[in-house]
Amino acid sequence: MGLLTPDPGLLFWMVLSFGVVFFLLAKFGFPVIVKALKDRQEFIAASLLSAKQANEKLASIQAEGEALLQNARERQQDIIAEAMSEKKKIVEAAKKEAESEAHRIAEEAAKSIETAKAEALKDVHDEVAGLALQIAEQVLRTKMEDRAEQQAAIERMLKEL
Amino acid sequence: MIRFIYIFLFAILSLPLSATGTDGDAEGKINVKEIIFGHLSDAYEWHIAGDVVLHLPCIVYSGENGLKVFLSDKLEGGEEYEGYHIDSESGKIVNAAGVRPFDISITKNVLELFFVCILLCTVILLTAAWYRRNGYKKAPGGFVGMIEVVINYIDKEVAQASIGQGYERFSPYLLTVFLFILTCNLLGLIPVFPGGANLTGNIAVTLTCAITAFIAINAFAPKEYYKSIFWPNVPLALKAIPLMPTIEFIGVFTKPFSLTVRLFANIMAGHIIILSLTSIIFITWQVGPAIGAPMTAVSVAFCIFMNCLELLVAFIQAYVFTILTANFIALAQHEE
Repeated sequence: MGLLTPDPGLLFWMVLSFGVVFFLLAKFGFPVIVKALKDRQEFIAASLLSAKQANEKLASIQAEGEALLQNARERQQDIIAEAMSEKKKIVEAAKKEAESEAHRIAEEAAKSIETAKAEALKDVHDEVAGLALQIAEQVLRTKMEDRAEQQAAIERMLKEL
Repeated sequence: MIRFIYIFLFAILSLPLSATGTDGDAEGKINVKEIIFGHLSDAYEWHIAGDVVLHLPCIVYSGENGLKVFLSDKLEGGEEYEGYHIDSESGKIVNAAGVRPFDISITKNVLELFFVCILLCTVILLTAAWYRRNGYKKAPGGFVGMIEVVINYIDKEVAQASIGQGYERFSPYLLTVFLFILTCNLLGLIPVFPGGANLTGNIAVTLTCAITAFIAINAFAPKEYYKSIFWPNVPLALKAIPLMPTIEFIGVFTKPFSLTVRLFANIMAGHIIILSLTSIIFITWQVGPAIGAPMTAVSVAFCIFMNCLELLVAFIQAYVFTILTANFIALAQHEE
């Protein structure tokens, strides 16, 4: 049957055409495409790997930041507590000092009052003594003369005082 | 919806009726066998539609007559030109004595073949040009993306998966043969010019594909492959009288033979079925409109179904040819 016997003319053209097509495509077509596909596959794999690494890095940085923050918070707490105790101490000390100062001032005041009092008393004593002496002197001076005079002199002196 | 179906049926009906009006013989009877085999076999002209015929150049050579080139309209209707005429039985150019010259005419199938080659080269080289221009860091879309998927599939899932190590050497051949067969198959399903020629249903085409497969399998095989054919690892008695070597040697040729016949028979069968189903319309209308009208509906329904099936077969046969070739190459390459 005609359908089952290959026609030499078509066979000739088929061998020629297929050969040319195969040469063209195998030389200029498929290698370019297949290489591009392979390169892209490698590129995607590398990109995925680097993305994974970047993610891991980011996670570690985040953890680091968290730890840093936690540390800072603890430090803050410590500093606040320290400051509180320091403040308490200072207030305490200030209180104590003020108390002692007040005590000292009061003591000093008491002392100076005492001295002033003593001085005043001494002055009074001296004055009284002087007056007594003066009076005694006058008395003694007038005794020599007249009795009445004496009396008058005393009266006068007393008035003068 | 039903109206659309009627319009569709009417359109389908009216077209082939006018086109095949000349194909019937004197009494108006339709010779289905002639129509079908006329389509399946090659021709020196291309019926595009109705009376529109593309006359193709004939190139013939014989010792006494020399090289002759002329258009096929010179031979129309059995006329003789330069001592040649078309033999009514075989449909080929013969001389007065009925002997065929060396005939490399651009027949319908050859023109279709050129068209397939140009289409294939254009598509693949344009895709390659896209990659040259854009590099691998840009993902293609649309048409280039579709071609990429096909190429990637054949390269990875067929060539690499079957052959394994060293598959790169055979990958371009497998890609070429797959895309070539697929393009031929798909163009064969398009009923209008420039499709519709029965290229992969022609044994010369499938034979050439199988010969290239034969070369790819045997020419690059290591020496262990040839040892296993001519001196296989079997008891000496089977080798002394060369029983096993004979079987193995025949096996070398049955592989490409099966490739040839499988592809040829599958595609030809598809064409025959679709043409037969279409012919039902004309045969039944000759009997009468009462049977012609319902059978037309049946025929169109079956034709649509068969065309869908053939679309699937077009892919499957191209794939089967490629994966079998890849497996034969793998068997030859990794012979222990």
